[in-house]
Amino acid sequence: MSATVTTGPEGLAHVAETAVPEQHRGGDRPHPARHALGLLLRIVLCLVFGLPLVFMVVSSFKPDLQIFDDLGSFKAFLPTGDISTANYTGVFGRVPFAQFMMNSVVITVVTVVLGIVVNSMAAFALSRIGFRGAGGVLGIILATLIVPFETLALPLLWWSNQLPFLGPDGISQGWLDTYQVQIIPFIANAFSIFLFYQYFDSIPKELDEAAKVDGAGWFRIYRSIVMPLSGPAIATVAILTFLPMWNQYLWPLMAVQTEELRPVMVGIDYFKQLNTSWGQIMAYATMITAPVLVLFVAFQRSFINSIASSGVKG
Amino acid sequence: MSTITAAENASATTLRERKPAKGSRSSTTTALLMLLPAAVLLITFLLIPIGLTFGLAFTNARLISPRPAEFIGTDNFVRLFQDETFWKSLRNTIVFAVVIVPLQSACALGLALLVNVKMRGVNFFRTVYFLPVVTSMVVVSMLWLFMYQKNGLINEVLLKFGIVGPDWLGDPKTALLAIILMSAWQAMGFHMVIWLSGLQTIPADLYEAADLDGADRWQKFRYVTWPGLRATRTFILITITISAFALFTQVNIMTQGGPLDSTSTLVLMAVRTGFQQQQTGYASAISLAFFVLVLAVTLLNRYVTRDKDVVR
Repeated sequence: MSATVTTGPEGLAHVAETAVPEQHRGGDRPHPARHALGLLLRIVLCLVFGLPLVFMVVSSFKPDLQIFDDLGSFKAFLPTGDISTANYTGVFGRVPFAQFMMNSVVITVVTVVLGIVVNSMAAFALSRIGFRGAGGVLGIILATLIVPFETLALPLLWWSNQLPFLGPDGISQGWLDTYQVQIIPFIANAFSIFLFYQYFDSIPKELDEAAKVDGAGWFRIYRSIVMPLSGPAIATVAILTFLPMWNQYLWPLMAVQTEELRPVMVGIDYFKQLNTSWGQIMAYATMITAPVLVLFVAFQRSFINSIASSGVKG
Repeated sequence: MSTITAAENASATTLRERKPAKGSRSSTTTALLMLLPAAVLLITFLLIPIGLTFGLAFTNARLISPRPAEFIGTDNFVRLFQDETFWKSLRNTIVFAVVIVPLQSACALGLALLVNVKMRGVNFFRTVYFLPVVTSMVVVSMLWLFMYQKNGLINEVLLKFGIVGPDWLGDPKTALLAIILMSAWQAMGFHMVIWLSGLQTIPADLYEAADLDGADRWQKFRYVTWPGLRATRTFILITITISAFALFTQVNIMTQGGPLDSTSTLVLMAVRTGFQQQQTGYASAISLAFFVLVLAVTLLNRYVTRDKDVVR
């Protein structure tokens, strides 16, 4: 550590050729005091990021008065005192929670599944089959990536109200207040297409040729060869669709007024109206966060990888 | 789906058996059929709404109205530029972005450096720092709404250190700052992961070489890490800026733009006029202003990073 700094490639190359003494290689090992300080910093940060969530879960089991009483001490983060599931029962009494939950699950699952199919097919057509103008189509799709959804939300709201829909009861006009308005606009996704495109491009094209010799058509190649090899890309797209869909707030807030069709995130507004019960809010918040947390803990590596791969864009 | 399968089977059994497929007509047909669903959806729910943002901004369209929208020229923009709430919202949106971009990206880089080490339990730290990211902004907003109360958790903790905290969300001076802090808290783990993936692309030999040269920690960061993160940096700056401009959920849940419009934002204003007051035309004009802002930042960023690209 105390050696003089030599910059420039010659210096580095010169040193790299000489044998590395053992001590030197371990030179990166920090001083014990420094190590302890670093550990302390990491633990403090853990508290900063973790404690609010602990507070949320713990408070969901406490009566309102006690939540406020406990604020002044560490008890705020501990399940002490009058612990019960009364807030949870309260939530079910106050809002149709099961209905909200089911709506969110249906909307999210359908969008994720259809999104995987639709976007991967489009990416397959663009990347592996190819046709005249495929490059231009991909260019347009990528160009739309800079448009945030929020800029389109209001015009899209107006537009959704003009669209016809062919349902079981014949043709109706206007998509507002339906399930489909929460699902169909979000199925095709430029970024998902891009992720699939990138991944498909990395699968050797020889596989297609071999399959063609065996008489397989393009759709067969897509379904039986390329998709089964694309597990990581499918997982990434699934997670990157799942998270924003589950957490959607702006869109359902505007597009859906009927209580029976609302997803969980919008449901939280019910608790802010008439006499706020913080215990119930925390219970509600815990319940709508739990599914995501469970999935996150179960598929941690995939979650982190998919977020990381969204950075490849740059 | 079934039509595609049928078409596919037909082409597989008849025409294309031994033909080189590239560019052949049937394979173009298959490609277009597979592209069709995504194309229809993207046109309907992305390209047309983009066009509508421009088109409706010049009309008096209302969300639900028996009368068709009429072209009213630039009336919406004249009104917009005279609207005090618009200027306040624009200012808040920009202030939010200008503060949160350096704050969040720097802190996230710090976190990434802290967890980019071989150390026992480092995975645990990574997971905990990431937890707020998988918690929805709605939940986080409710939680912090409670913690920010005058006698809430944050002020109680500050009191332990002898600090009397402000009425965070009730005071126009601190409301936006409060929202900035909690937004940074929520999203930091996301950008930590992106920094981390950037850090891991830097070859370990570079650090070893720097070690051998006797570089200290700061020098290693300055001459190895920082240049190695160039692409990641650009990406992070753009994504944080754009998502900062789109600020809505937190504000809608915690303050509804108040007190005294001190936390009003462009998107909040667009939702208010376009949804609550049903003035789609006016809301489209606001959306367009928002879009111009995003576009300006993207282009500015292209321009700023342009020279460095040449050097590389």
